Amino acid sequence: MKTLEELRKIREKAQQDMKLRESNTRVKVVVGMGTSGIAMGARDVMKAILDEVSKRGLADVVVTQTGEKGLSSMEPVVDVIEEGKPVVTYGNMTPDKARRIVAEHIVNGRIVNDYVVAAQR
Amino acid sequence: MSINRTDVLLCCGSGCVSAGSLKVKEKMVEQLAKHGLTDEINIIETGCMGPCDYGPVMMVYPEGVFYKKVTPEDVPELVEEHFVKGRPLHRLMIQEGNKVIANKEDIPFYKKQVKVALENCGYINPEKIEEYIAVGGYEALGVALTEKTPQDAIDVIKNSGLRGRGGGGFPTGLKWQFVHDAEGSPKYVVCNGDEGDPGAFMDRSLLEGDPHRVLEGMMLAGYATGASEGFFYIRAEYPLAIRRIRNAIKQAREYGLIGKNIMGTEFCFDAEVRTGAGAFVCGEETALIKSIEGRRGQPIPKPPFPANRGLRENPTLVNNVETLGNIPTIFRKGAEWFAGMGIETSRGTKVFALTGDVKNTGLVEVPMGITLRELIYDVGGGMADGKKFKAVQLGGPSGGCLTEQHLDCSIDYETLKNLGAMVGSGGVIVMADNNCMVNVAKFFLEFSMEESCGKCTPCRVGLKMMHTILDRICQGKGQEGDVEELERLGETIKQTSLCGLGQTAPNPVLSTLRYFRHEYEEHLEKKSCSTCTCLNLMHFEIDKEKCIGCSLCARKCPVSCITGSREEKFTIAQDPCVKCGNCFEVCPVKAVQKLPGMAELTAVNSSFSSLYE
Repeated sequence: MKTLEELRKIREKAQQDMKLRESNTRVKVVVGMGTSGIAMGARDVMKAILDEVSKRGLADVVVTQTGEKGLSSMEPVVDVIEEGKPVVTYGNMTPDKARRIVAEHIVNGRIVNDYVVAAQR
Repeated sequence: MSINRTDVLLCCGSGCVSAGSLKVKEKMVEQLAKHGLTDEINIIETGCMGPCDYGPVMMVYPEGVFYKKVTPEDVPELVEEHFVKGRPLHRLMIQEGNKVIANKEDIPFYKKQVKVALENCGYINPEKIEEYIAVGGYEALGVALTEKTPQDAIDVIKNSGLRGRGGGGFPTGLKWQFVHDAEGSPKYVVCNGDEGDPGAFMDRSLLEGDPHRVLEGMMLAGYATGASEGFFYIRAEYPLAIRRIRNAIKQAREYGLIGKNIMGTEFCFDAEVRTGAGAFVCGEETALIKSIEGRRGQPIPKPPFPANRGLRENPTLVNNVETLGNIPTIFRKGAEWFAGMGIETSRGTKVFALTGDVKNTGLVEVPMGITLRELIYDVGGGMADGKKFKAVQLGGPSGGCLTEQHLDCSIDYETLKNLGAMVGSGGVIVMADNNCMVNVAKFFLEFSMEESCGKCTPCRVGLKMMHTILDRICQGKGQEGDVEELERLGETIKQTSLCGLGQTAPNPVLSTLRYFRHEYEEHLEKKSCSTCTCLNLMHFEIDKEKCIGCSLCARKCPVSCITGSREEKFTIAQDPCVKCGNCFEVCPVKAVQKLPGMAELTAVNSSFSSLYE
């Protein structure tokens, strides 16, 4: 490394790998991972989301999970939480549907109404 | 970009490692593989997070959940609950009353802390330079090299008010100026990592947890003073710290951050590690320099100061680990920001190693000027096991003991010095009322006595004389005038010793004489140790009201001095008793008591005595 600019470039790249440890993320995706969620394939849904987020290099998206959400009939359930916007809950997820949500909702900001269970403040 | 969704920061500071964090990691790797989560969850070994008492501890991101006392047995449940099902495991989280504290920020232990030197400790992987760069590392160096003159750099540190964190408290900027102005070449920077106080582990944790920060601090110091070579003097007892610093130097070299023409400028710098053999006196700068040169680690008179004639007779800057650790942040955030913390003559923050009879033992960093009460009760969580506070020892073998009446005093260089203690390197030992202060003073004096290099007479002979007197006081053989003699010796040694070791070694005795004189008098006049610590000044007795005659004590007694029967109960013959304490430990009904004062010899004893004649 010979210049300060080079150092800063290395820093930007390194920060990508540490983004999980920061709290200032734009979008949080929460996958319901209760017993019924797992039984209905929540793990595959989660993997699909992680894969899609990773492929698109979305640095400000955090994928996390939670316990039973009480919506057993609509599992797997995924929440998309954006700062200052209503929480959008999607139900009956599959890996393919999940990928569509990443593309349309998280990247383009259009809620995928077909899969929405509820939107609340 | 990796696919992982969770970062698990596992504390691998020395405290947590000895509590078993490496075994926890092993088990986690195994369990995560079992659930097919290996690619999603990243386990990162970090430096010390601070709350050593809770070890092994871990932080889970992005949720920011803090887990304590995680054992390998807890891991299957933890992985199943948190990493598979996404439910934080409340059982392993810190609880206050019935409330579970989820976030690190809400834990009382962290609330009053301000982390500067320890900013990244426990947050980044100390073995990856990329993580240090990600949190802003080496930016300060780059900016200083390209935009500041060495004099500008010195002025930044002067304006920040930073003072030496190793114990001396000398203004760092001024020291830099001396080395900068001194004639001679090449100049050297030495990082003093010869931390040797009993109960101190600040430098160790910083070297282990954030080695690149210390390296960057050293390079900034090198640039400002005109030095081109640096030495890390670290004691051999800190193998992990040595390994991490060596690794940091290697990585920095790979990135071109160390070597010739750094950042495309004229500045060239290289660093290497020298291991110390564990002599306490080598923490003294002139002895340390001799040790690096391969000579016997003994101090030499000052002046000339190392700033003018140090390593290989050339100008040398010696700075403590924590001092260097503060430097990069001061450059990044500005001198005003640093000077905004602390009080009048003591600016910034200080790292303390909190140990002893306090609830939250561990590594803490607080602003200067905080009171002892805040440090012990708010950060430390108060006394452990409901014990009663008696004294706090600051500054290790060079420091002194303070009492309850000093709890509201501010922690800064001047206040503590006036009270007879010192900030020192930052060891804080909290003591409950079962500690005998004469014995405590003896312990610290014994340490200094053994570590004295023997070069100058006051320290070599004087400390031994003081120790002899203390020893006889503890044995109940104290003589009239002993206390006065201790004071006379102590003052003489302080005034006439060559180096800091001798000049401060009498402090533990002098400070306890100042604040706990009554305990010395009790030992001397009443031949009694009220805390039952000094074995010759206490005795064991069996309370016949409580004794159930089980004979357990008699069977455990190594000298068979306990006799009796179920009907008559048991008695201890005082004369042959060696005070091993076995009977006290084993009694199921706590009938065996520790009593202060020498035992009165009974008729039973005399019959025993006759056996020996």
